[in-house]
Amino acid sequence: MNLQLTEEQDLVIAMVRRFVREEILPLELSLDPDAEELAPDDNARLVAKTKAMGLYGLYIPPEFGGPDLDLVTRTLLAVEMAQHRGGLYVPCYGTFGGAGLAQLFEATEEQKEKYLMPTLRGEKKGFFGLSEPSGGSDPARAIQTKAVQDGDDWIINGGKLWISGADKAQYGLVFARTANDKGRDGVTCFIVDTDTPGFSVRRVVHTLRTARYATELSFEDMRVPASNILGQLNKGFAIANDRLTKQRIPYAAGCIGVAIKAQEMALEYVPQRETFGAPLSSRQSIQWMLVDNEIDIKQSLWLTLEAAAKAQRGEPFRKEAAVAKLVATEAGGRVVDRCMQMFGGLGVAKDLPFERWFREMRIRRIGEGPSEVQRHVIARELLGSSLR
Amino acid sequence: MSIRLNKEWLEAESAALGLSGNLGVYQLANQDEEVVFIGYAGGKSRFGLKGEVAEALQQIPDAALVRWEVNAAYMSRYKELLMIHLYDHGQLPVANEPLPGQSMPGEMAALGQLRPAG
Repeated sequence: MNLQLTEEQDLVIAMVRRFVREEILPLELSLDPDAEELAPDDNARLVAKTKAMGLYGLYIPPEFGGPDLDLVTRTLLAVEMAQHRGGLYVPCYGTFGGAGLAQLFEATEEQKEKYLMPTLRGEKKGFFGLSEPSGGSDPARAIQTKAVQDGDDWIINGGKLWISGADKAQYGLVFARTANDKGRDGVTCFIVDTDTPGFSVRRVVHTLRTARYATELSFEDMRVPASNILGQLNKGFAIANDRLTKQRIPYAAGCIGVAIKAQEMALEYVPQRETFGAPLSSRQSIQWMLVDNEIDIKQSLWLTLEAAAKAQRGEPFRKEAAVAKLVATEAGGRVVDRCMQMFGGLGVAKDLPFERWFREMRIRRIGEGPSEVQRHVIARELLGSSLR
Repeated sequence: MSIRLNKEWLEAESAALGLSGNLGVYQLANQDEEVVFIGYAGGKSRFGLKGEVAEALQQIPDAALVRWEVNAAYMSRYKELLMIHLYDHGQLPVANEPLPGQSMPGEMAALGQLRPAG
């Protein structure tokens, strides 16, 4: 296993690091501490820059116009892009673009033309509608939204909860039960236009995180053509599961980026701050916090890169992705918490980013599968069929 | 929590004096109780709701009434109030619209769409 970065990796990491420090951090000085967007002019200017850098659309496959970078490099860049106040949920405020909904790369040509390509051009946005009020940790069994066939159409009734971006989307992927099977074999993924009669974004769900808020959706006799089924009938859960596994790697990377930035700020602060006639850095209690941070960061980073490397090689990586997600989200929370402690009162004030990171990092232990589910996934991978 | 801010309107000038420095959201209305502005007191507000409402009252002559909600999740609540106003009235409150030649602030440029009626 080669732990040395390549020259190309060093180069692109340096580019993104400079972009965050020279473009994003100065803008954040004038933004609200909970901001999730840049002003349109700033956004357009920075998107032009990331395109000129050849790094726009970081998660878009090269055949669809994304940069030709391997997953390990993309993960390292995701770590860099998170190193600012809004970095956990809106890395670089979206100026590196998104992948749209990666599941659409496997769509039919007609679906790609209607949904994927406009998304890649920035003309359409989509949402991912899996979780429901009945539970998000075990979606295969919790899905109660039902689709019933009516001629060439399907009629969908039900609702979704914790859905980000649905209020701004032109379409979304909605998972609904299409068979009596109560498990994963009875679920189908539909592409739903948000202007379809019966589709409603009922409310904003207010949480600790006020940027990238979630919404609650309801579907009332929503008619969707059968041609809008993504993948195969009753095989939608495989699409969801694939997405959940892949998403764990960048999710972990964001936590590591924030932890690195928090540690960097603490390392700058503690030699300057004096208590009882000596700098904080001379106190063993502070030193140990910094050491524990360093260990948390390094463990998370290597475990996340291991998952990315396995995925890149095309090997099974479900266990590694779950380990990375579990370790990085829990370690990230500990690092931010220790840094707040070192900064004292300033650490909890909105003047500094720690309070936003603290709130948002807490959600990371629940979002994309809570720590307990990750442990369940890891145990299942270890014990295989012997685990009931 | 209700999606709409359904609190009783208060006479703005006198109510503003009693406001706190908390984070939160507020609405200003004219004498006919038509909302003319929706604002928030965020992490950069020097005196929280008290400062933000006082400043808005100086800039919006039509504002005669005020109501507010102390809320740490001011940003998502602010957007929710703007979206529900758009849903109810088909347009933003008059004083939330950018002046000619000005661009929309970032938090309003990417406003979503709520359809709570179901």
